[in-house]
Amino acid sequence: MARHLTRTLLSGITVAAMLGVAVVSAQAATLHMAWSQDATGLDPHKQTAFSSLRLLELIYEPLVRVDASLQIIPAIATSWEFSKDGKELTFKLDSKAKFQDGTAVTSADVKASFERILDEKTGAAARANFLSIAGIDTPDAATVVFHLSQPDVPILTAMSDVNAAIVPASEIKAGSIGTKAVGSGPFKLDKWDPNAKEVLKANKDWAGGATGVDGIEISVLPDEAAILAAMRTKQIDFALLNDPLVATLVPKEASLQLNRVPVLAYHVLQLNPSRKPMTELKVRQAISCAIDRQEVLDTASLGEGKVTGPLTIPALATDPTQLFCYKRDVEKAKKLMAEAGFADGFSATVIGATGEPPTAAAEAQVIQSQLAEIGVKLDIKMMELNVYVDAWLKGDFDMAIALNGGRADPYTMYNRYWTKAGNLQKVANYIDDTLDSQMQQGRAETDPAKRKAIFADFEKHLAEMSPWIWLYTSYSYTAQQKNIAGFVPTPTGTLFSLSKVTIQQ
Amino acid sequence: MNYLMRRLATFPLVLLGVSILVFVAIRMVPGDSITAMLGTEAGLLTPAQRDSLAAYFGIDQPWFVQYWRWIGGILQGNFGVSVTYGRPVLDVILERFPLTLELALLSMVIALAVGMPAGIYAATHNEKRSDLGVRIVAMIGQSTPSFVLGLLIIYTLSAGFGVLPAMGEFAPLWQDPLRNLSQLILPAITLGFAFAASVTRISRSAMLDVLSDDYVRTARSKGASARSVIWRHALPNALIPVVTLSGIEFGYLLGGAVIVEQIYALPGLGRMVLDAILQRDYALVQGAVLFIAFNFMIVNLLVDLAYVALDPRIRLGES
Repeated sequence: MARHLTRTLLSGITVAAMLGVAVVSAQAATLHMAWSQDATGLDPHKQTAFSSLRLLELIYEPLVRVDASLQIIPAIATSWEFSKDGKELTFKLDSKAKFQDGTAVTSADVKASFERILDEKTGAAARANFLSIAGIDTPDAATVVFHLSQPDVPILTAMSDVNAAIVPASEIKAGSIGTKAVGSGPFKLDKWDPNAKEVLKANKDWAGGATGVDGIEISVLPDEAAILAAMRTKQIDFALLNDPLVATLVPKEASLQLNRVPVLAYHVLQLNPSRKPMTELKVRQAISCAIDRQEVLDTASLGEGKVTGPLTIPALATDPTQLFCYKRDVEKAKKLMAEAGFADGFSATVIGATGEPPTAAAEAQVIQSQLAEIGVKLDIKMMELNVYVDAWLKGDFDMAIALNGGRADPYTMYNRYWTKAGNLQKVANYIDDTLDSQMQQGRAETDPAKRKAIFADFEKHLAEMSPWIWLYTSYSYTAQQKNIAGFVPTPTGTLFSLSKVTIQQ
Repeated sequence: MNYLMRRLATFPLVLLGVSILVFVAIRMVPGDSITAMLGTEAGLLTPAQRDSLAAYFGIDQPWFVQYWRWIGGILQGNFGVSVTYGRPVLDVILERFPLTLELALLSMVIALAVGMPAGIYAATHNEKRSDLGVRIVAMIGQSTPSFVLGLLIIYTLSAGFGVLPAMGEFAPLWQDPLRNLSQLILPAITLGFAFAASVTRISRSAMLDVLSDDYVRTARSKGASARSVIWRHALPNALIPVVTLSGIEFGYLLGGAVIVEQIYALPGLGRMVLDAILQRDYALVQGAVLFIAFNFMIVNLLVDLAYVALDPRIRLGES
């Protein structure tokens, strides 16, 4: 009987394995892609989830884009120019640009798109970046002039975001943005089954030329270990990965290639300087000195990343070793704690979102053990993402482990936190005149060298005031079969170069 | 018949209770549809922008108004519209349900086909080595989390043999039965393994109980063969706890096997509800929980009716 049972079980498993033989892709011209989190919506002006942006960038186009070195390059606009006083920005549009319904992209569409973003009723995510727009003129179908209330250099970078995508004026009028995806990008959305699958077809009319594949089929495989398994059996050609633990396994597979690139997003320990004792500069500085950032990176993220200061944009970032207490100094930390009157330490709670990023809990644990050395007793509270976001937006935390998004321009990246009028001041809970004035100078300065100097001072000052403890930037990971050619990973994490990817036979 | 009618009459009351619970519970969790969509960027919204989005998501009204509208809609057969899918909630649920039902049935078949013979075998070989062996395997089965087993199966098949069921696009049974079975057999084994272990343990102990009963001894003394004693006399009575366990497990499975659906990327009810909770798709969470509760009640009712079929001494509804 026992033998019979074993035989039955084994034969069952064998049949299962035989039935489960993978079907290798026969359609070479379709790129089979996978990611673990799906887009959450189709309105390019409202979506901020990483996966939504990655999908929408393939369908919609902004006026300009940033390339792999974060330089502004043409998209719908072929050229642009600031007036001498920096208060007028003129774009010339690509005459070949067409929406996927066949109509030409005109200056009226650009105007209607920005008016939609600025309209409070829309609830557009990027509205705050465009508040300096005082008026929009359209002298002809191919020219758009933005009149600005003050010089605003970073507005150009903000316009490169898909949150500033140009949508057809007719669709805005019809109220169908978000239910129908009509962009001018390289792919058309053929089918979307939320949390399961997206089917994209090449847009033959794309002004950027022919795409390298006929289409992209994106499968949502929630478990990244399963994505890797599907790549091993060649079901998937290309995948987006978030978890460094899974990503580091990719190079062990002979047929797979891992693309990794440092991103602008940063891992940070946010202190809440409105809560005692983080109100004390010396306490915040002591925390900064007590944390070994490299150890956090090595332990939580397997060393997959780079220690960073506040600025993560390669062209502007200062060497972190030059910043305040970036070399761990426990003695100095203890001394600072004693000077602040906390020689015996204190207790605090640190919040983190489960799985967002996947390293959050591990980061909190390493920091907990490091801060214990100076008497700070940390209680770790992990929460579901939405619960965390709610607490974070209310500034309802002592400390928070966060992965905050980066931008290609430091003003756009930080004005929300480190200016007096910043929308997220209640999250940052710290501002001083120096930071505010440095941000305003950086916003208006058009000379790149002077801008760099202003933001270097800003970064140094921010690290010294230690409202937050910047830890490291990680990598964005994509995995691909080795016969896929032409993908260019970039620090913004965009997958736009999939438009030129080809599948070698 | 009276019993059946009385049980059915309690359904609306229970569902009303469930509807209030789920409605309040999902709204008590911090965060809403706006933070679910925008994440931390929601902090950049002006109050007017927030109001406009709240109206879009239908969360601008007081709770009781929202509840009243929802319940009023259900009475007219309208479960609301999912903000994630942009489609009626009932359509989305009914699209996902066949997979969940199929997976639950398949795992139950595996569990009963493996667990019952194993349990009976162990009971009839009580305290022998083979009994110990079955008990150890059952213990391992019960204590292995499904995500460990699932990932182990996926890893072994993909890394060791280079094979794996097609993941991502699920083929319904009526469209492509072979592909459908290939996609469901591994998840069913993953779920069925622990389920089978429970069935083994419960059928072993039930069988042991029954085998020591007087009527079994009488049957033996009358010269009935060992086979006849086990299959004709003992088994029907030993089945009652197995039916209870299977009913409860099956009811749970009809609510979706979240972890297994996640690992094997199956678009079932469990994953749908999880995503809906994470995205604060209130209408979908509410509709799905009501649907799952209804299924659970039906399964419970069927279990009770099965008792009568198995043991004529049981009279339902009589004190």
